[in-house]
Amino acid sequence: MARVVVDVMPKPEILDPQGKAVHGALDRLGFGGVADVRQGKRFELEVEGEITEERLAEIRTLAETLLSNPVIEDFAVRIEQPVSEAGLDA
Amino acid sequence: MRVGVVTFPGSLDDIDAQRAVRLAGAEPVALWHGDHDLKSVDAVVLPGGFSYGDYLRCGAIARFAPVMSEVVDAANGGMPVLGICNGFQILCESHLLPGALIRNDHRKFVCRDQRLRIDNAATAWTSGYEAGDEIVIPLKNGEGGFVADDFTLDLLEGEGRVVARYLDDNPNGSMRDIAGITNERGNVVGLMPHPEHAVEELCGPGTDGLPFFTSVLSALVNG
Repeated sequence: MARVVVDVMPKPEILDPQGKAVHGALDRLGFGGVADVRQGKRFELEVEGEITEERLAEIRTLAETLLSNPVIEDFAVRIEQPVSEAGLDA
Repeated sequence: MRVGVVTFPGSLDDIDAQRAVRLAGAEPVALWHGDHDLKSVDAVVLPGGFSYGDYLRCGAIARFAPVMSEVVDAANGGMPVLGICNGFQILCESHLLPGALIRNDHRKFVCRDQRLRIDNAATAWTSGYEAGDEIVIPLKNGEGGFVADDFTLDLLEGEGRVVARYLDDNPNGSMRDIAGITNERGNVVGLMPHPEHAVEELCGPGTDGLPFFTSVLSALVNG
């Protein structure tokens, strides 16, 4: 098993009301020096078997069709270390 | 005339939409999200609510409901389809309409009677109006901000595909005050406010919403 992480972020030109709300709260809490906040989503896919180029291409299609909406969001796909190794390290 | 109303898990306004269809003089037909069958309806309404809990994004999971592949095929074949609120979001996610709907710019849920101007009275769902008509129907949404890139917005304006625009205050930050749009052919319409809640004098702000449902009947009769 391997873990594939898909990060989805609102496009820079799209208004992000959630990020704005968080940014407003930072000011109220006294955390200065943060110029802007954008809020996105992180998906962790536990994928069975080897991660081949073909498999990765499928996941990119999945990220583009379901996990993100290309009209308003960008996405990035990356492979994290195999889940079994991560378990051994811990 | 048989007008189907799809119920997704989390739909809220399906029964109101069926009632509006009945008051307009057609036979409402309940359609189920898990079915691959449109039951020989002549038109389809995707109602408001929170399909599949609106997890992931509004309308994103509903787009992949079994019944939606039938709806998309029928819409591409010319069948009239009206998406109201969550239904509008589903139509955008299904690529039957361009653009997307994002969280309201002021971050609050809005629920109020909304004044609109009908800009396009030539669609299957708005022929009962005159272009320029001003109407009042309820609006209730948390993610009703219509967004698209400038090219798409210019295209929609240039082709007269903005069906309805907000008057007075823009309730959700929609670009160019857009409340509803149509596809190129005019059979698919997405609308953020709720005409099905303004079809009887007793309930709601009046009957300004009823022509959406009577329009489609004349569209079907006149082919």
